[in-house]
Amino acid sequence: MTIDRVRQLMAVMRGDAKHAEAAESTLDALWVLYDRVLRVTPAMAEDRDRFYLSKGHGPMAYYAVLAAKGFLSPVELYRFGDFHAALGHHPDRATVPGVEVSSGSLGHGLPLAVGTALALRARGMTGPALWVLLGDGELDEGSNAEASAFAGRAGLDNLHVIVVDNASASHGWPGGAQSRFAVEGWSADRVDGRDHEALVAAYTAPHPGRPRVVVADVGSAASRAAERTGHGRRDA
Amino acid sequence: MAGAMRERFVEVAGALLDEHPRLAVLTADLSAELFASARARHPERVVNVGIREQLLISVAGGMSLGGMRPIAHSFAPFLVERPFEQIKIDLNHQGVGAVLVSAGASYDIASGGRTHQAPADVALLNTLGGWTIHVPGHADEAETQLRRAATGDDLVYVRLSNQSNARPFADSERFTVLRGGRRGTVIAVGPLADAVLAATETLDVTVLYAATVRPFDHQAVRHAVAQQEQVAVAITEPLLEGTSAPELARLLAELPGRILALGVARDELRHYGTAAQHAIAHGLDAASMRRRLGTFFGPG
Repeated sequence: MTIDRVRQLMAVMRGDAKHAEAAESTLDALWVLYDRVLRVTPAMAEDRDRFYLSKGHGPMAYYAVLAAKGFLSPVELYRFGDFHAALGHHPDRATVPGVEVSSGSLGHGLPLAVGTALALRARGMTGPALWVLLGDGELDEGSNAEASAFAGRAGLDNLHVIVVDNASASHGWPGGAQSRFAVEGWSADRVDGRDHEALVAAYTAPHPGRPRVVVADVGSAASRAAERTGHGRRDA
Repeated sequence: MAGAMRERFVEVAGALLDEHPRLAVLTADLSAELFASARARHPERVVNVGIREQLLISVAGGMSLGGMRPIAHSFAPFLVERPFEQIKIDLNHQGVGAVLVSAGASYDIASGGRTHQAPADVALLNTLGGWTIHVPGHADEAETQLRRAATGDDLVYVRLSNQSNARPFADSERFTVLRGGRRGTVIAVGPLADAVLAATETLDVTVLYAATVRPFDHQAVRHAVAQQEQVAVAITEPLLEGTSAPELARLLAELPGRILALGVARDELRHYGTAAQHAIAHGLDAASMRRRLGTFFGPG
Protein backbone atom coordinates (compact mmCIF):
# COMPACT_ATOMS: atom_id res chain seq x y z
CA MET A 1 0.00 0.00 0.00
CA THR A 2 1.47 3.32 -1.05
CA ILE A 3 0.44 6.94 -1.02
CA ASP A 4 -0.28 6.62 -4.75
CA ARG A 5 -3.00 4.10 -3.94
CA VAL A 6 -4.43 6.63 -1.46
CA ARG A 7 -4.46 9.22 -4.27
CA GLN A 8 -6.43 6.80 -6.46
CA LEU A 9 -8.94 6.28 -3.67
CA MET A 10 -9.25 10.07 -3.21
CA ALA A 11 -10.04 10.46 -6.89
CA VAL A 12 -13.14 8.31 -6.41
CA MET A 13 -14.76 11.02 -4.32
CA ARG A 14 -16.47 13.75 -6.29
CA GLY A 15 -18.73 16.59 -5.40
CA ASP A 16 -16.64 18.51 -2.91
CA ALA A 17 -14.49 20.49 -5.34
CA LYS A 18 -14.58 23.48 -3.00
CA HIS A 19 -12.49 21.56 -0.50
CA ALA A 20 -10.24 19.58 -2.89
CA GLU A 21 -7.32 21.84 -2.08
CA ALA A 22 -7.86 21.32 1.63
CA ALA A 23 -7.93 17.55 1.15
CA GLU A 24 -4.70 17.51 -0.87
CA SER A 25 -2.93 19.69 1.70
CA THR A 26 -3.40 17.13 4.49
CA LEU A 27 -2.56 14.00 2.50
CA ASP A 28 1.15 13.63 3.28
CA ALA A 29 0.83 14.54 6.95
CA LEU A 30 -2.05 12.08 7.37
CA TRP A 31 -0.52 9.24 5.41
CA VAL A 32 2.78 9.39 7.27
CA LEU A 33 0.93 9.46 10.58
CA TYR A 34 -1.26 6.44 9.82
CA ASP A 35 1.43 4.49 7.95
CA ARG A 36 4.40 5.06 10.24
CA VAL A 37 3.41 6.36 13.66
CA LEU A 38 -0.17 5.87 14.84
CA ARG A 39 -0.78 2.65 16.76
CA VAL A 40 -4.34 1.90 15.76
CA THR A 41 -6.05 -0.89 13.87
CA PRO A 42 -9.65 -1.40 12.74
CA ALA A 43 -10.17 -3.36 15.98
CA MET A 44 -10.03 0.04 17.76
CA ALA A 45 -8.56 -1.44 20.96
CA GLU A 46 -9.07 0.52 24.18
CA ASP A 47 -5.33 1.27 24.47
CA ARG A 48 -5.04 2.51 20.85
CA ASP A 49 -3.58 5.84 19.84
CA ARG A 50 -6.37 8.25 18.96
CA PHE A 51 -6.45 10.63 16.01
CA TYR A 52 -8.87 13.60 16.01
CA LEU A 53 -9.29 15.33 12.65
CA SER A 54 -10.21 18.82 13.81
CA LYS A 55 -10.08 20.43 10.39
CA GLY A 56 -13.04 18.40 9.20
CA HIS A 57 -13.49 20.03 5.81
CA GLY A 58 -11.91 18.36 2.83
CA PRO A 59 -11.94 14.91 4.47
CA MET A 60 -11.23 13.02 1.24
CA ALA A 61 -7.60 12.33 2.15
CA TYR A 62 -8.73 11.13 5.59
CA TYR A 63 -11.37 8.79 4.15
CA ALA A 64 -8.90 7.48 1.58
CA VAL A 65 -6.30 6.77 4.26
CA LEU A 66 -8.92 5.01 6.40
CA ALA A 67 -9.96 2.93 3.40
CA ALA A 68 -6.34 2.13 2.54
CA LYS A 69 -5.74 1.00 6.11
CA GLY A 70 -8.82 -1.23 6.21
CA PHE A 71 -11.05 0.84 8.54
CA LEU A 72 -13.76 1.27 5.93
CA SER A 73 -14.72 -0.34 2.66
CA PRO A 74 -13.50 1.50 -0.45
CA VAL A 75 -17.03 1.01 -1.81
CA GLU A 76 -18.18 3.69 0.63
CA LEU A 77 -16.05 6.25 -1.19
CA TYR A 78 -18.33 6.05 -4.25
CA ARG A 79 -21.30 7.19 -2.16
CA PHE A 80 -19.46 10.22 -0.72
CA GLY A 81 -22.04 12.87 0.23
CA ASP A 82 -25.12 10.86 -0.81
CA PHE A 83 -28.22 10.86 1.39
CA HIS A 84 -27.57 7.44 2.85
CA ALA A 85 -23.77 7.65 2.73
CA ALA A 86 -21.55 6.98 5.72
CA LEU A 87 -19.13 9.58 4.38
CA GLY A 88 -20.25 13.19 4.42
CA HIS A 89 -18.36 16.31 3.45
CA HIS A 90 -17.45 16.51 7.13
CA PRO A 91 -16.71 13.28 9.02
CA ASP A 92 -19.09 11.81 11.60
CA ARG A 93 -17.84 9.36 14.21
CA ALA A 94 -21.31 7.83 14.38
CA THR A 95 -21.19 6.66 10.77
CA VAL A 96 -17.54 6.26 9.74
CA PRO A 97 -15.54 3.35 11.19
CA GLY A 98 -12.23 4.57 12.53
CA VAL A 99 -13.32 8.19 12.94
CA GLU A 100 -12.85 9.26 16.56
CA VAL A 101 -14.57 12.68 16.52
CA SER A 102 -17.23 14.30 14.38
CA SER A 103 -15.87 17.57 13.03
CA GLY A 104 -16.61 20.33 10.53
CA SER A 105 -17.07 23.31 12.80
CA LEU A 106 -13.52 24.57 13.38
CA GLY A 107 -11.80 24.75 16.73
CA HIS A 108 -13.26 21.67 18.41
CA GLY A 109 -10.68 18.91 17.87
CA LEU A 110 -7.90 20.21 20.09
CA PRO A 111 -10.11 21.10 23.06
CA LEU A 112 -11.77 17.67 22.82
CA ALA A 113 -8.37 16.01 22.69
CA VAL A 114 -7.29 17.90 25.82
CA GLY A 115 -10.27 16.32 27.58
CA THR A 116 -9.43 12.85 26.32
CA ALA A 117 -5.77 13.30 27.29
CA LEU A 118 -6.90 14.20 30.81
CA ALA A 119 -9.26 11.20 30.88
CA LEU A 120 -6.55 8.75 29.84
CA ARG A 121 -4.17 10.24 32.40
CA ALA A 122 -6.81 9.98 35.14
CA ARG A 123 -7.38 6.34 34.18
CA GLY A 124 -3.67 5.62 34.42
CA MET A 125 -3.43 4.83 30.70
CA THR A 126 0.01 6.15 29.85
CA GLY A 127 0.36 4.17 26.61
CA PRO A 128 -2.09 5.77 24.18
CA ALA A 129 -1.08 8.96 22.39
CA LEU A 130 -3.54 11.64 21.25
CA TRP A 131 -3.07 13.20 17.82
CA VAL A 132 -4.96 16.20 16.44
CA LEU A 133 -4.77 17.68 12.96
CA LEU A 134 -5.53 21.39 12.61
CA GLY A 135 -5.24 23.90 9.79
CA ASP A 136 -3.36 27.17 10.16
CA GLY A 137 -6.57 29.05 9.35
CA GLU A 138 -8.38 27.08 12.00
CA LEU A 139 -6.06 28.53 14.63
CA ASP A 140 -8.05 31.76 14.24
CA GLU A 141 -10.70 30.12 16.43
CA GLY A 142 -10.14 31.31 20.00
CA SER A 143 -11.08 27.90 21.40
CA ASN A 144 -7.64 26.70 20.26
CA ALA A 145 -5.97 29.39 22.35
CA GLU A 146 -7.91 28.22 25.41
CA ALA A 147 -6.86 24.63 24.75
CA SER A 148 -3.20 25.16 23.84
CA ALA A 149 -2.57 27.40 26.85
CA PHE A 150 -4.14 24.92 29.24
CA ALA A 151 -2.49 21.86 27.68
CA GLY A 152 0.92 23.47 27.96
CA ARG A 153 0.48 24.34 31.60
CA ALA A 154 -0.99 20.92 32.39
CA GLY A 155 2.03 19.23 30.77
CA LEU A 156 -0.09 16.87 28.67
CA ASP A 157 2.76 14.93 27.11
CA ASN A 158 0.44 12.34 25.54
CA LEU A 159 -0.98 15.12 23.31
CA HIS A 160 0.31 15.83 19.79
CA VAL A 161 -0.86 18.45 17.33
CA ILE A 162 -0.15 18.60 13.61
CA VAL A 163 -0.84 22.00 12.06
CA VAL A 164 -1.03 21.74 8.28
CA ASP A 165 0.09 25.21 7.25
CA ASN A 166 -1.03 26.22 3.78
CA ALA A 167 -0.93 29.92 4.64
CA SER A 168 -4.71 30.14 4.64
CA ALA A 169 -5.17 32.22 7.83
CA SER A 170 -6.56 35.56 6.63
CA HIS A 171 -4.35 37.58 8.94
CA GLY A 172 -1.42 35.20 9.18
CA TRP A 173 0.64 34.03 12.16
CA PRO A 174 3.77 36.20 12.51
CA GLY A 175 6.59 34.06 13.80
CA GLY A 176 4.90 30.92 12.51
CA ALA A 177 2.02 28.95 13.97
CA GLN A 178 4.45 26.88 16.06
CA SER A 179 5.45 29.98 18.06
CA ARG A 180 1.90 30.22 19.46
CA PHE A 181 2.33 26.80 21.02
CA ALA A 182 5.97 27.24 22.03
CA VAL A 183 5.13 30.24 24.19
CA GLU A 184 2.65 28.07 26.08
CA GLY A 185 5.32 25.52 26.91
CA TRP A 186 4.86 23.06 24.06
CA SER A 187 7.67 21.22 22.33
CA ALA A 188 7.39 22.79 18.85
CA ASP A 189 8.83 22.09 15.43
CA ARG A 190 8.24 23.14 11.84
CA VAL A 191 9.02 20.87 8.89
CA ASP A 192 8.46 20.54 5.15
CA GLY A 193 4.98 19.04 5.04
CA ARG A 194 5.75 17.06 1.87
CA ASP A 195 8.95 15.46 3.20
CA HIS A 196 7.93 12.11 4.65
CA GLU A 197 11.18 11.41 6.48
CA ALA A 198 11.13 14.88 8.03
CA LEU A 199 7.54 14.30 9.15
CA VAL A 200 8.39 10.95 10.74
CA ALA A 201 11.33 12.48 12.58
CA ALA A 202 9.21 15.36 13.84
CA TYR A 203 6.33 13.09 14.84
CA THR A 204 8.55 10.75 16.82
CA ALA A 205 10.86 13.23 18.54
CA PRO A 206 10.75 12.83 22.34
CA HIS A 207 9.07 15.61 24.35
CA PRO A 208 8.99 14.54 28.00
CA GLY A 209 6.57 16.45 30.20
CA ARG A 210 5.31 18.63 27.37
CA PRO A 211 2.74 18.39 24.58
CA ARG A 212 4.16 18.41 21.06
CA VAL A 213 3.23 20.46 17.98
CA VAL A 214 4.51 19.83 14.47
CA VAL A 215 3.73 22.47 11.87
CA ALA A 216 3.72 20.80 8.44
CA ASP A 217 4.47 23.56 5.96
CA VAL A 218 2.82 22.74 2.64
CA GLY A 219 3.01 26.24 1.14
CA SER A 220 0.09 28.36 -0.01
CA ALA A 221 -2.41 27.14 -2.60
CA ALA A 222 -1.12 29.77 -5.01
CA SER A 223 2.48 28.65 -4.61
CA ARG A 224 1.54 25.02 -5.24
CA ALA A 225 -0.49 25.92 -8.35
CA ALA A 226 2.45 27.89 -9.65
CA GLU A 227 4.73 24.92 -8.97
CA ARG A 228 2.46 22.59 -10.93
CA THR A 229 2.43 24.83 -14.02
CA GLY A 230 6.10 25.66 -13.77
CA HIS A 231 5.50 29.39 -13.36
CA GLY A 232 6.79 29.38 -9.83
CA ARG A 233 10.20 28.02 -10.73
CA ARG A 234 12.92 30.61 -11.12
CA ASP A 235 14.94 28.31 -13.29
CA ALA A 236 12.05 27.32 -15.57
CA MET B 1 -22.14 32.77 50.03
CA ALA B 2 -22.51 29.68 47.88
CA GLY B 3 -26.14 28.93 48.81
CA ALA B 4 -27.52 25.68 50.19
CA MET B 5 -27.80 23.90 46.85
CA ARG B 6 -24.31 24.74 45.67
CA GLU B 7 -22.86 23.79 49.05
CA ARG B 8 -24.67 20.47 48.82
CA PHE B 9 -23.37 19.99 45.28
CA VAL B 10 -19.79 20.47 46.43
CA GLU B 11 -20.29 18.07 49.34
CA VAL B 12 -22.06 15.38 47.30
CA ALA B 13 -19.70 15.64 44.33
CA GLY B 14 -16.77 15.18 46.69
CA ALA B 15 -18.34 12.01 48.12
CA LEU B 16 -19.23 10.71 44.64
CA LEU B 17 -15.62 11.20 43.49
CA ASP B 18 -14.55 8.92 46.35
CA GLU B 19 -17.09 6.27 45.28
CA HIS B 20 -16.82 6.34 41.48
CA PRO B 21 -13.31 6.15 39.93
CA ARG B 22 -14.55 7.26 36.50
CA LEU B 23 -16.18 10.46 37.78
CA ALA B 24 -14.53 13.86 37.20
CA VAL B 25 -15.41 17.41 38.25
CA LEU B 26 -14.49 20.30 35.96
CA THR B 27 -14.59 23.99 36.83
CA ALA B 28 -13.67 27.24 35.11
CA ASP B 29 -12.46 29.15 38.17
CA LEU B 30 -15.95 29.80 39.58
CA SER B 31 -16.47 27.57 42.65
CA ALA B 32 -13.00 26.07 42.08
CA GLU B 33 -11.86 26.94 45.60
CA LEU B 34 -14.88 25.08 47.03
CA PHE B 35 -13.45 21.87 45.55
CA ALA B 36 -10.00 22.30 47.12
CA SER B 37 -10.34 19.30 49.42
CA ALA B 38 -11.77 17.06 46.66
CA ARG B 39 -8.92 18.19 44.38
CA ALA B 40 -6.37 17.31 47.04
CA ARG B 41 -7.78 13.76 47.18
CA HIS B 42 -8.29 13.37 43.41
CA PRO B 43 -5.93 15.78 41.63
CA GLU B 44 -6.40 14.15 38.23
CA ARG B 45 -10.19 14.04 38.42
CA VAL B 46 -10.90 17.53 39.81
CA VAL B 47 -9.69 19.87 37.09
CA ASN B 48 -9.93 23.63 36.99
CA VAL B 49 -9.34 24.87 33.42
CA GLY B 50 -9.20 28.57 34.33
CA ILE B 51 -11.57 31.17 32.89
CA ARG B 52 -12.11 29.13 29.71
CA GLU B 53 -15.73 28.13 29.31
CA GLN B 54 -15.44 26.81 25.76
CA LEU B 55 -12.67 24.54 26.98
CA LEU B 56 -14.74 23.55 30.01
CA ILE B 57 -17.42 22.00 27.81
CA SER B 58 -15.01 20.56 25.23
CA VAL B 59 -12.94 18.92 27.94
CA ALA B 60 -16.14 17.38 29.31
CA GLY B 61 -16.85 15.96 25.85
CA GLY B 62 -13.28 14.75 25.41
CA MET B 63 -13.25 13.14 28.85
CA SER B 64 -16.46 11.34 28.02
CA LEU B 65 -14.89 10.10 24.76
CA GLY B 66 -12.03 8.84 26.94
CA GLY B 67 -14.30 6.80 29.18
CA MET B 68 -14.89 9.18 32.08
CA ARG B 69 -18.13 10.63 33.49
CA PRO B 70 -17.58 14.42 33.67
CA ILE B 71 -19.48 16.94 35.76
CA ALA B 72 -18.86 20.48 34.47
CA HIS B 73 -19.83 23.44 36.61
CA SER B 74 -20.08 27.21 36.28
CA PHE B 75 -22.65 29.96 36.53
CA ALA B 76 -25.54 29.40 34.12
CA PRO B 77 -24.68 32.13 31.57
CA PHE B 78 -21.09 30.88 31.31
CA LEU B 79 -21.96 27.19 31.35
CA VAL B 80 -24.80 27.12 28.83
CA GLU B 81 -25.05 30.35 26.87
CA ARG B 82 -21.44 31.31 26.23
CA PRO B 83 -20.22 27.87 25.06
CA PHE B 84 -23.48 26.77 23.49
CA GLU B 85 -21.91 25.51 20.27
CA GLN B 86 -19.53 23.38 22.33
CA ILE B 87 -22.58 21.81 23.97
CA LYS B 88 -24.15 21.19 20.56
CA ILE B 89 -21.02 19.77 18.89
CA ASP B 90 -18.77 18.41 21.64
CA LEU B 91 -21.55 16.75 23.63
CA ASN B 92 -24.69 16.15 21.57
CA HIS B 93 -23.11 15.69 18.14
CA GLN B 94 -20.31 13.46 19.45
CA GLY B 95 -22.99 11.32 21.03
CA VAL B 96 -21.39 11.41 24.47
CA GLY B 97 -22.83 12.06 27.92
CA ALA B 98 -22.00 14.67 30.55
CA VAL B 99 -23.49 16.36 33.58
CA LEU B 100 -23.71 20.15 33.56
CA VAL B 101 -24.39 21.76 36.92
CA SER B 102 -25.06 25.49 36.97
CA ALA B 103 -25.43 28.06 39.72
CA GLY B 104 -27.00 31.50 39.62
CA ALA B 105 -30.25 30.57 37.87
CA SER B 106 -32.38 33.42 36.50
CA TYR B 107 -31.78 36.18 39.03
CA ASP B 108 -29.98 34.79 42.09
CA ILE B 109 -27.27 37.33 41.36
CA ALA B 110 -29.77 40.18 41.08
CA SER B 111 -27.32 42.89 42.05
CA GLY B 112 -24.80 41.51 39.55
CA GLY B 113 -26.92 42.58 36.60
CA ARG B 114 -27.67 41.02 33.23
CA THR B 115 -24.25 39.44 32.64
CA HIS B 116 -24.74 37.06 35.56
CA GLN B 117 -28.34 36.11 34.83
CA ALA B 118 -29.52 33.34 32.51
CA PRO B 119 -33.30 33.02 32.48
CA ALA B 120 -33.08 31.49 28.98
CA ASP B 121 -30.61 28.68 29.77
CA VAL B 122 -33.21 25.91 29.80
CA ALA B 123 -35.00 27.24 26.71
CA LEU B 124 -31.68 27.31 24.87
CA LEU B 125 -30.61 23.85 25.99
CA ASN B 126 -34.06 22.61 25.02
CA THR B 127 -33.30 23.39 21.37
CA LEU B 128 -31.17 20.22 21.55
CA GLY B 129 -32.56 16.75 22.09
CA GLY B 130 -31.48 14.21 24.63
CA TRP B 131 -31.18 16.35 27.73
CA THR B 132 -32.68 15.54 31.11
CA ILE B 133 -33.22 18.94 32.72
CA HIS B 134 -33.59 19.31 36.45
CA VAL B 135 -34.75 22.50 38.18
CA PRO B 136 -34.53 21.45 41.83
CA GLY B 137 -36.47 23.40 44.42
CA HIS B 138 -34.52 22.13 47.41
CA ALA B 139 -30.99 20.93 48.17
CA ASP B 140 -32.29 17.42 48.94
CA GLU B 141 -33.81 17.20 45.47
CA ALA B 142 -30.57 18.45 43.93
CA GLU B 143 -28.65 15.77 45.81
CA THR B 144 -30.90 12.97 44.53
CA GLN B 145 -30.60 14.29 40.97
CA LEU B 146 -26.81 14.61 41.20
CA ARG B 147 -26.39 11.11 42.59
CA ARG B 148 -28.47 9.62 39.80
CA ALA B 149 -26.66 11.67 37.14
CA ALA B 150 -23.20 10.67 38.40
CA THR B 151 -23.71 7.01 37.57
CA GLY B 152 -25.44 7.46 34.20
CA ASP B 153 -23.98 7.95 30.74
CA ASP B 154 -26.53 10.43 29.40
CA LEU B 155 -26.84 14.22 29.13
CA VAL B 156 -28.08 15.84 32.33
CA TYR B 157 -28.45 19.49 33.31
CA VAL B 158 -28.93 20.39 36.97
CA ARG B 159 -29.89 24.03 37.49
CA LEU B 160 -29.03 24.99 41.05
CA SER B 161 -30.45 28.14 42.63
CA ASN B 162 -30.23 30.12 45.84
CA GLN B 163 -34.04 30.25 45.72
CA SER B 164 -35.53 27.29 47.53
CA ASN B 165 -38.72 25.87 48.95
CA ALA B 166 -38.89 25.25 52.71
CA ARG B 167 -38.97 21.51 52.15
CA PRO B 168 -38.42 19.03 49.29
CA PHE B 169 -41.47 17.90 47.32
CA ALA B 170 -40.16 15.68 44.54
CA ASP B 171 -39.79 11.97 45.13
CA SER B 172 -38.97 11.09 41.51
CA GLU B 173 -38.48 12.65 38.09
CA ARG B 174 -42.27 12.56 37.63
CA PHE B 175 -44.51 15.43 38.69
CA THR B 176 -45.81 15.30 42.26
CA VAL B 177 -49.39 16.21 43.23
CA LEU B 178 -49.24 18.86 45.97
CA ARG B 179 -52.95 19.67 46.08
CA GLY B 180 -56.15 18.59 44.29
CA GLY B 181 -58.85 20.85 42.82
CA ARG B 182 -61.60 21.16 40.18
CA ARG B 183 -61.04 24.47 38.33
CA GLY B 184 -57.79 23.62 36.63
CA THR B 185 -54.15 22.67 37.05
CA VAL B 186 -51.07 24.68 38.00
CA ILE B 187 -47.62 23.22 37.49
CA ALA B 188 -45.11 24.76 39.87
CA VAL B 189 -41.51 24.36 38.74
CA GLY B 190 -38.65 24.08 41.25
CA PRO B 191 -38.16 26.89 43.75
CA LEU B 192 -41.46 28.61 42.87
CA ALA B 193 -43.54 25.91 44.58
CA ASP B 194 -43.93 27.63 47.97
CA ALA B 195 -45.08 30.84 46.30
CA VAL B 196 -47.49 28.93 44.05
CA LEU B 197 -48.97 27.09 47.03
CA ALA B 198 -49.51 30.44 48.77
CA ALA B 199 -50.95 31.98 45.59
CA THR B 200 -53.47 29.17 45.08
CA GLU B 201 -54.55 28.72 48.69
CA THR B 202 -58.03 30.05 47.97
CA LEU B 203 -58.29 28.62 44.43
CA ASP B 204 -59.92 25.26 43.75
CA VAL B 205 -57.08 23.98 41.57
CA THR B 206 -54.70 21.05 41.38
CA VAL B 207 -51.07 21.94 42.00
CA LEU B 208 -48.44 19.71 40.43
CA TYR B 209 -44.78 20.02 41.31
CA ALA B 210 -41.96 19.57 38.80
CA ALA B 211 -38.31 19.43 39.78
CA THR B 212 -37.56 17.85 36.39
CA VAL B 213 -38.91 19.63 33.32
CA ARG B 214 -37.37 17.44 30.59
CA PRO B 215 -38.65 14.88 30.05
CA PHE B 216 -41.97 16.61 30.75
CA ASP B 217 -44.46 14.47 32.65
CA HIS B 218 -47.38 14.69 30.20
CA GLN B 219 -49.09 11.75 31.84
CA ALA B 220 -49.38 13.56 35.17
CA VAL B 221 -50.90 16.60 33.46
CA ARG B 222 -53.41 14.51 31.45
CA HIS B 223 -54.39 12.66 34.60
CA ALA B 224 -54.98 15.91 36.51
CA VAL B 225 -56.95 17.53 33.68
CA ALA B 226 -59.18 14.47 33.23
CA GLN B 227 -60.75 15.08 36.63
CA GLN B 228 -61.47 18.78 36.16
CA GLU B 229 -64.35 21.05 35.03
CA GLN B 230 -62.32 22.74 32.30
CA VAL B 231 -59.09 22.20 30.43
CA ALA B 232 -57.10 25.07 31.93
CA VAL B 233 -53.44 24.48 32.68
CA ALA B 234 -50.99 27.05 33.98
CA ILE B 235 -47.27 26.60 34.45
CA THR B 236 -45.12 28.84 36.63
CA GLU B 237 -41.41 28.55 35.93
CA PRO B 238 -38.39 30.39 37.35
CA LEU B 239 -37.24 30.32 33.71
CA LEU B 240 -37.77 32.39 30.59
CA GLU B 241 -41.52 32.86 30.15
CA GLY B 242 -42.89 30.12 27.90
CA THR B 243 -39.94 27.73 28.28
CA SER B 244 -42.34 24.80 28.77
CA ALA B 245 -45.30 26.23 26.85
CA PRO B 246 -44.57 23.99 23.81
CA GLU B 247 -44.93 20.96 26.08
CA LEU B 248 -48.37 22.18 27.23
CA ALA B 249 -49.32 23.00 23.65
CA ARG B 250 -49.06 19.29 22.86
CA LEU B 251 -51.93 18.72 25.28
CA LEU B 252 -54.07 21.15 23.29
CA ALA B 253 -53.61 19.03 20.19
CA GLU B 254 -55.74 16.43 21.96
CA LEU B 255 -58.10 18.58 24.07
CA PRO B 256 -59.54 22.04 23.42
CA GLY B 257 -58.54 24.22 26.31
CA ARG B 258 -56.39 27.11 27.56
CA ILE B 259 -52.85 27.38 28.79
CA LEU B 260 -51.03 30.11 30.70
CA ALA B 261 -47.25 30.26 31.02
CA LEU B 262 -45.76 32.45 33.74
CA GLY B 263 -42.03 33.02 33.94
CA VAL B 264 -39.19 35.48 33.68
CA ALA B 265 -39.80 38.26 31.15
CA ARG B 266 -37.84 38.17 27.89
CA ASP B 267 -36.97 41.87 28.02
CA GLU B 268 -33.97 42.72 30.16
CA LEU B 269 -34.86 43.95 33.64
CA ARG B 270 -32.27 46.71 34.11
CA HIS B 271 -32.36 46.81 37.89
CA TYR B 272 -30.17 45.49 40.69
CA GLY B 273 -31.50 44.82 44.20
CA THR B 274 -32.50 41.38 45.46
CA ALA B 275 -33.85 38.16 44.00
CA ALA B 276 -37.14 38.81 45.82
CA GLN B 277 -37.44 42.18 44.08
CA HIS B 278 -36.77 40.55 40.72
CA ALA B 279 -39.44 37.94 41.41
CA ILE B 280 -41.94 40.72 42.04
CA ALA B 281 -40.84 42.60 38.93
CA HIS B 282 -41.46 39.46 36.85
CA GLY B 283 -44.81 38.78 38.53
CA LEU B 284 -43.55 35.61 40.16
CA ASP B 285 -44.28 36.52 43.79
CA ALA B 286 -47.30 34.95 45.52
CA ALA B 287 -49.50 38.05 45.30
CA SER B 288 -48.87 38.64 41.60
CA MET B 289 -49.41 34.98 40.78
CA ARG B 290 -52.63 34.91 42.86
CA ARG B 291 -53.97 37.74 40.69
CA ARG B 292 -52.97 36.25 37.35
CA LEU B 293 -53.97 32.68 38.17
CA GLY B 294 -57.28 33.85 39.66
CA THR B 295 -58.15 35.66 36.43
CA PHE B 296 -57.07 32.68 34.32
CA PHE B 297 -59.10 30.04 36.16
CA GLY B 298 -62.10 32.34 36.75
CA PRO B 299 -64.62 32.22 39.58
CA GLY B 300 -65.41 28.67 40.69
